[in-house]
Amino acid sequence: SRAGFTGPENLSRVNLVLVKHYSQTLYTLYIRSVYHNLSKEAEIKRINKELANIRSKFKGDKALDGYSKKKYVCKLLFIFLLGHDIDFGHMEAVNLLSSNKYTEKQIGYLFISVLVNSNSELIRLINNAIKNDLSSRNPTFMCLALHCIANVGSREMAEAFAGEIPRILVAGDTMDSVKQSAALCLLRLYKASPDLVLMGEWTSRVVHLLNDQHMGVVTAAISLITCLSSKNPDEFKTCVSLAVSRLSRIVSSASTDLQDYTYYFVPAPWLSCKLLRLLQCYPPPEDGAVKGRLVECLETILNKAQEPPKSKKVQHSNAKNAILFEAISLIIHYDSEPNLLVRACNQLGQFLQHRETNLRYLALESMCTLASSEFSHEAVKTHIETVINALKTERDVSVRQRAADLLYAMCDRSNAKQIVAEMLSYLETADYSIREEMVLKVAILAEKYAVDYSWYVDTILNLIRIAGDYVSEEVWYRVIQIVINRDDVQGYAAKTVFEALQAPACHENMVKVGGYILGEFGNLIAGDPRSSPLVQFNLLHSKFHLCSVPTRALLLSAYIKFINLFPETKATIQEVLRSDSQIRNSDVELQQRAVEYLKLSSIASTDVLATVLEEMPPFPERESSILAKLKKKKGPGAVSVELEDGKERGELNGGADRGGEAAIAASNSTPSPSSDLLGLRSAAPVGGPAPSAGSLLVDVFSEAGSAPPSAASEDPAPPLFVCKNNGVLFENQLLQIGIKSEYRQNLGRMYLFYGNKTSVQFVSFTTTVSCPGELQSHILKCIPSLTHTKPVEPLVEGGAQVQQVINIECLTDFVDAPLLNIKFRYGGALQNITLKLPVTINKFFQPTEMAAADFFQRWKQLSQPQQEAQKIFKASHGMDTEVLKAKLLGLGTALLENVDPNPENYVCAGVIQTKIQQVGCLLRLEPNAQAQVAPPPPPTHTHTHTHLCAHALDSHTASVCPSLCGSHCITHCTHLHVITRYCIYVKDPHRVGSSKSH
Amino acid sequence: MQLKQIRFILIQNRAGKTRLAKWYMQFDDDEKQKLIEEVHAVVTVRDAKHTNFVEFRNFKIIYRRYAGLYFCICVDVTDNNLAYLEGIHNFVEVLNEYFHNVCELDLVFNFYKVYTVVDEMFLAGEIRETSQTKVLKQLLMLQSLE
Repeated sequence: SRAGFTGPENLSRVNLVLVKHYSQTLYTLYIRSVYHNLSKEAEIKRINKELANIRSKFKGDKALDGYSKKKYVCKLLFIFLLGHDIDFGHMEAVNLLSSNKYTEKQIGYLFISVLVNSNSELIRLINNAIKNDLSSRNPTFMCLALHCIANVGSREMAEAFAGEIPRILVAGDTMDSVKQSAALCLLRLYKASPDLVLMGEWTSRVVHLLNDQHMGVVTAAISLITCLSSKNPDEFKTCVSLAVSRLSRIVSSASTDLQDYTYYFVPAPWLSCKLLRLLQCYPPPEDGAVKGRLVECLETILNKAQEPPKSKKVQHSNAKNAILFEAISLIIHYDSEPNLLVRACNQLGQFLQHRETNLRYLALESMCTLASSEFSHEAVKTHIETVINALKTERDVSVRQRAADLLYAMCDRSNAKQIVAEMLSYLETADYSIREEMVLKVAILAEKYAVDYSWYVDTILNLIRIAGDYVSEEVWYRVIQIVINRDDVQGYAAKTVFEALQAPACHENMVKVGGYILGEFGNLIAGDPRSSPLVQFNLLHSKFHLCSVPTRALLLSAYIKFINLFPETKATIQEVLRSDSQIRNSDVELQQRAVEYLKLSSIASTDVLATVLEEMPPFPERESSILAKLKKKKGPGAVSVELEDGKERGELNGGADRGGEAAIAASNSTPSPSSDLLGLRSAAPVGGPAPSAGSLLVDVFSEAGSAPPSAASEDPAPPLFVCKNNGVLFENQLLQIGIKSEYRQNLGRMYLFYGNKTSVQFVSFTTTVSCPGELQSHILKCIPSLTHTKPVEPLVEGGAQVQQVINIECLTDFVDAPLLNIKFRYGGALQNITLKLPVTINKFFQPTEMAAADFFQRWKQLSQPQQEAQKIFKASHGMDTEVLKAKLLGLGTALLENVDPNPENYVCAGVIQTKIQQVGCLLRLEPNAQAQVAPPPPPTHTHTHTHLCAHALDSHTASVCPSLCGSHCITHCTHLHVITRYCIYVKDPHRVGSSKSH
Repeated sequence: MQLKQIRFILIQNRAGKTRLAKWYMQFDDDEKQKLIEEVHAVVTVRDAKHTNFVEFRNFKIIYRRYAGLYFCICVDVTDNNLAYLEGIHNFVEVLNEYFHNVCELDLVFNFYKVYTVVDEMFLAGEIRETSQTKVLKQLLMLQSLE
């Protein structure tokens, strides 16, 4: 390279010259501290002295001239850049802005760009100075001002200049360099405050900057156009043909045509890349001529890659290949030209063996996306040997990582065995940083392409053997699910895991799988005297003392299963359970299991035992939870992620109802829709101690405490929130959303707290609230407003929490809850979460107290069928008086005590407040423990006028029901009967609550 | 499609001293300091046989070493590596021409000029001007105003 930096070893030689060359003060400040080996303390002392000096100059009686002011502000900046805090000089810097001298102005602007934060009080003064410079018609000053805006980019600046800058950008007499700055300045403002940059007459003229004679203007403007196009593709679609013709002119030009813009014999490499990037905002051009021209360009770019280089310099090949890779990205983006895709693949294939590490890396990366195209998948596969070789021999771990990603991407049924074998052998020496991801990938490929499941079982057991520490729960849960669901592999699995357990040191995960599988299918290998029941038991038990509590718990469950499978082991196992180390174990969980299992084995008849400890029924098929986990991990190998939910033990051993629900669903082997919430849910029973049909084990799940609330994107508003206003609305691995809300009359205010659970920032974090379907703004107004001045903090730092306030006004009744959409980028992947906000009609209840006589008189008045809604539903977990009361109060109504003659019943009264009407509601809840209530015919709503009210109540009762059912008891077969009667008062603007509509 | 842009530009010496830091996203001061340290740690351990790209948090660093100085550009993972790698070199060539064989101390004492060079070539996280001739002409014009 031509550029030669003098290394530190030469510094002393250069110093002599520098003494004269550089300002004496800067020199002494710096050189003294660095080269006279001043201690940190001495340096700080020296700096403080200097700061005091500057401060006194600024405060002195004598007004400083521009030159001195500049000198001291510059010194302050220098001190700041050396890493010291500066807390004065801002005003002097602002003063410099109005100087007529370039150098003074420049130092002033630089100080402000580096040191003034956007909410400074000085912003008005600064904006004033900028305004003057923008209208000065002096291109140098205009550029300084524009650069300052682009560097600071605050909202105040956007408010002040978002209107002016487009005018400067498209004005006919603006200088080229000013246009360049204006374009990028506008881009910065648009990204920071899109609401303030209004599209207008200038937009079409901006597109035509693609035709500008000055390549620098095109280079700058195209970044703006790309951003605008990606947000408003239709408005800017004329840019496609302009971009194609511009690209075509560059690509077909000779290497010297573009003079200033030729870089190492490559014409306008950066502009070419930007043009190709812009085209990736759009589908292939529809116009045949444009498309033909573009294909020609792409072919030319591919051809040039084959031509002998015009220079041996790496700069030449890099610039050329920068264009090539961008062209390949476009080809992949279109994914419609088989010919180009295959050519791209062949070109990348050549790079795979290039001597430049950079090119090998990029080829692996780019090929990864090619592998997913049906047109090029086969072509990619032909490079398998090279890629495997890269995995084994590359020195740079990030290159090996790309090779592993590519192997994963190119895997299909035809090469799965080879690829999985290679990945497994790589795992033995793989870098720790990538092992977990490799394990997940192997597990997924093994499952996805397993033709015979014995191969799958072998692979997973190998995984545990080689990288047991990195095998997450999802992986071993999955192998168990699959073994249970496929009886053709059960015997093999039992045999293999039995053999694997023979190893003197085997990983705890192996013990878990072994315990589970032998507990279920140990009988399939018990015929062989080498693996007789007692041998199996002794083998498992020999590992027991080395294992953690959860594994021991699992082993205890395996033992009780053994008693059922092999009565001959009963005495031995009972002996073990009875031992003090079990039955008096200090761990409650282990102790409880030991006690219960011991009791169960001694009192239950063989039949009961056989029923309780029956073989696990098949799991409902669903997407592999491992895949979900991999998707969550970052990395180009992982596909883009829709938000997945749930994670580890907390989720798996969730609340009582959840564990019970999953266990019951499993034992009936009818996956009920209610249990079908999460991919992971199915794993819940596996995670626990083999819960069979009996409810005995169900309560084992219940000890884990309350589950974190979860919400898949399709979930309705969590029923939890019908009766309460605060809590955790959503949680996954990345994000937790807490909610706090308060309601008064027909108004509500909701505080949302978005917590970033990771250590990495979320980028482009935006939230929108929308009202679906019928629920339009005239029914329910949800106005998100932020406590910050910024509309939405686009960044959420790792571990940080952002707060948002939503104001809600209920205009009339409604059914659907408003939707909250959250988008952000994490690890390059777009996260998109849609949740229902827990706004239900009952939030606008106002409790009404009334006496018994009053209540029944009104109750009787509301006797028309359309004034009544009835609902009978099962309390799936039974009824607890206090819980029910709490729920009814949470509903927002007043709970009227001593009103109903039947003390079992509950009556409530309340008025739903909306802007245009009030709905009075009387509610009666009749629990029926006998469960013999025949459901009455569903209430018919043949109403015309009352439709909105019925609607409201329907949704209201409907939403009440699940929350009433949510109580966590285990009794079944009780029914709740809810009758609600209501009347509507239409609000008169003058006399509220006056006239009754029926 | 995802919007890509430069997140920050750093010039550091081998000892980790920052010679230029240009931020194109909002970071608070602590975060900046953390980033500076992390980038230094990530980049200095790599040898010449390694790629000029290294994954960094959710981004990647495109870097090139010139004598004792590391020039680093942080971009989105899907952005064009080689374009930025040559963007760095183009920038260094301009510095070299402007300072007549640039050395580390040029960047220290002429920091305010370096900022001007950066703003001429990169603005708002985008490449603004790539022609060395045009940039140098502009810089000389500005110099004449001093």
